[in-house]
Amino acid sequence: MAQAKGWMGTILRVNLTEGTITKEPLNMQDANDYVGARGLGTKYYCNEVDPKVEPLAPENKLIFMTGPLTGTAATSAGRYEVVSKAPLTGIIGAANSGGHFGPELKYAGYDGIIFEGKAEKPVYLLILDDQVELLDAGDLWGQGVHEVTEALEAKHGSVRVSTIGTPGERGVLFAGVMNDKNRAAGRGGMGAVMGSKNLKAVVVRGTGGVKVARPKEFMDEITKARTMLCEHPVTGEGLGALGTEILVNIVNEVGGLPLRNGRDGAYWDEADSTSGERLVDTYLVKNQGCFGCTIACGRVTKIEGRGDLDGLGEGPEYEAGWSYGAACGVTDLGAIVKANFICNEQGMDPITLGATIACAMELSEMGAIPEEDIGFPLRFGDAEAMVKLTQMTADGEGFGQILGLGSYRMAEKYGHPELSMSAKKQEMPAYDGRAIQGIGLEYATSNRGGCHVRGYMISPEVLGIPLKMDPLETEGKGALLKTFQDLTALCDSTGICLFTTFGIGLPEIAGMYREAVGSDESDEEILLKGERIWNLEKRFNIQAGVEKDTLPPRLLREALPSGPAKGKVSQLQTMLADYYAERGWTADGDPTPEKLEELNLSY
Amino acid sequence: MGKQLVVDPKKCVSCRTCELVCSFQHNEEFNPRLSNVSVFYYEKECITVPLMCMQCDEASCAAICPTGALSRNAEGVVEHNADKCIVCKMCVSACPLGNVSYSPAKRKIFKCDMCGGETMCAQYCPTGAISVVDPTDVPSKKQLAADKMMAAVEEVSA
Repeated sequence: MAQAKGWMGTILRVNLTEGTITKEPLNMQDANDYVGARGLGTKYYCNEVDPKVEPLAPENKLIFMTGPLTGTAATSAGRYEVVSKAPLTGIIGAANSGGHFGPELKYAGYDGIIFEGKAEKPVYLLILDDQVELLDAGDLWGQGVHEVTEALEAKHGSVRVSTIGTPGERGVLFAGVMNDKNRAAGRGGMGAVMGSKNLKAVVVRGTGGVKVARPKEFMDEITKARTMLCEHPVTGEGLGALGTEILVNIVNEVGGLPLRNGRDGAYWDEADSTSGERLVDTYLVKNQGCFGCTIACGRVTKIEGRGDLDGLGEGPEYEAGWSYGAACGVTDLGAIVKANFICNEQGMDPITLGATIACAMELSEMGAIPEEDIGFPLRFGDAEAMVKLTQMTADGEGFGQILGLGSYRMAEKYGHPELSMSAKKQEMPAYDGRAIQGIGLEYATSNRGGCHVRGYMISPEVLGIPLKMDPLETEGKGALLKTFQDLTALCDSTGICLFTTFGIGLPEIAGMYREAVGSDESDEEILLKGERIWNLEKRFNIQAGVEKDTLPPRLLREALPSGPAKGKVSQLQTMLADYYAERGWTADGDPTPEKLEELNLSY
Repeated sequence: MGKQLVVDPKKCVSCRTCELVCSFQHNEEFNPRLSNVSVFYYEKECITVPLMCMQCDEASCAAICPTGALSRNAEGVVEHNADKCIVCKMCVSACPLGNVSYSPAKRKIFKCDMCGGETMCAQYCPTGAISVVDPTDVPSKKQLAADKMMAAVEEVSA
């Protein structure tokens, strides 16, 4: 039988308990219905795992999945998704990463890998085209991401490596899976799930290729989309020149940059000290692209002449620049870059860790955390302490063990869970839901807890893409968020980078998808797959016992003290009602049987 | 005389789009290992170098080929004729730049043919790190050096 195009047609199933590896045909029905990567990985996961599973138990599974566009010359099509139940939130976790690992997996002949069980001792999976084996990782256990990657490259030659650092081994609840050294499937703790299975790394070399259904039409579509990205001011100029940190001043100007754990509002007169412009002036060496990317937002950064801070690495992204910058009230850009280096080198989500340190700073200033627990005085603005605590968390040392639980569990331990700036126990990133109403709704309803890339309402509310909406208004936000959530679910699932959606939209994404897989579906039919994915995730979360859609009381009750959004709180309830109606869900936020039937998701 | 490919490592962002479009143009599949252009990333130096056949005037590959499968066309491009090729791989050894390759999977020799004029790598490079120039034009590097000297002279005499 001729292979369906866009796909390799094979899934690897690795049972770590038994040490067995089997190759099975890709489920094409699910691939068509759930697109790929995030959607298809989640579908496989939901088919096979009890929603009540304990995330770090051997019964849980961990899935790596690529999309039909991954590995092609479609726009920024280097993505793969890591899917499991997230230990940080207890709901579905799907974390997406770029770099070059995902394409290499396809070139080796596999669309995805399903890991089951738990190895008796540390192992890594080696994939050299047809040859797939589990090898001893005893000498790699206890090492960081960069060391492991270099050791495996030295041993196996031209390979791509996806691995965890020591926080993943120890079950730090926001440990990420890192590929190509500095690219992260970062959020929710996928690295902790990997560590719980005694799986240290996945190493791939692939010498095959990816074919598409209609080559000429595919090239026409990707040429059109690539040209649009190159000509768009955000994707063609801004992100390449200034990285995602370009947003610091832009978001601060609408009064939406949460300051000192959100305690001091969201407008910072020192914001520029942490901006993308300052990074260019100071630590930036050059910009870097992931696989096949026209945008090249990546920051290669180097710190020299600052003693312990010195290093070479990548980043920070805007959200990490915020968590270690405004959230901690730290203006020392070198310290921010360094803290982010540590997160990359050890595989930790810098959004959650920076925000957790910010929360600890507030609790410490209130006197809620005794100084002897931390070991030294901790106040907002202390750059040295911030870097030190990041390293302590990476090493599992002292108070770092408490920080490794994330802000919610830490704040709860000290009697103030309400001061965790999280939704469903995952820290909300760098945009304030009081100043930017739609992003608050997005955090509250995101299927993986506090997250900015499940819809990205900043596009319309701050950047005016594809249309300008007043960030302080609530009207129309529910409807637009619904569409954005479905579109981002689709985008993630094809295998292209979400950042492309600054410059291209549904017609281009659907166009590339159609020509790759040979589909004749309309744009609307393809977007419906995004809605199906969203509802699948939601259904899983309900079965897992998800908490209700809400925000920390600070966003609902404490008015912003200054800036353009002064006096505002989040009007979540108003927007939620609109949103549930747009989704065709009940007033309590449950998908109705009719909606599930419409999406072929009935129980 | 035809056009010439020029690489500027300073502009390269390591995205490897060139490898993708090159392999697709010649094989109808996206497969970097079948690409005529290869990208090398030097992490510590933070420099990336894309490399492909430079169409040498004294082409070792063509000189050593026992069957005349490699020859220069009217555009100045050293072309590989698969019908004449016996896949002895002497050309792979002979090229001092490593720009003639052999694919064990496809059992074939491959090298840059400038895409018959539609050079895909240059066309799709998002940063202009790979470009096509007419060698009869004033070399652009010389122009840049002249610009610098002009600026220096202007400053000194100001």
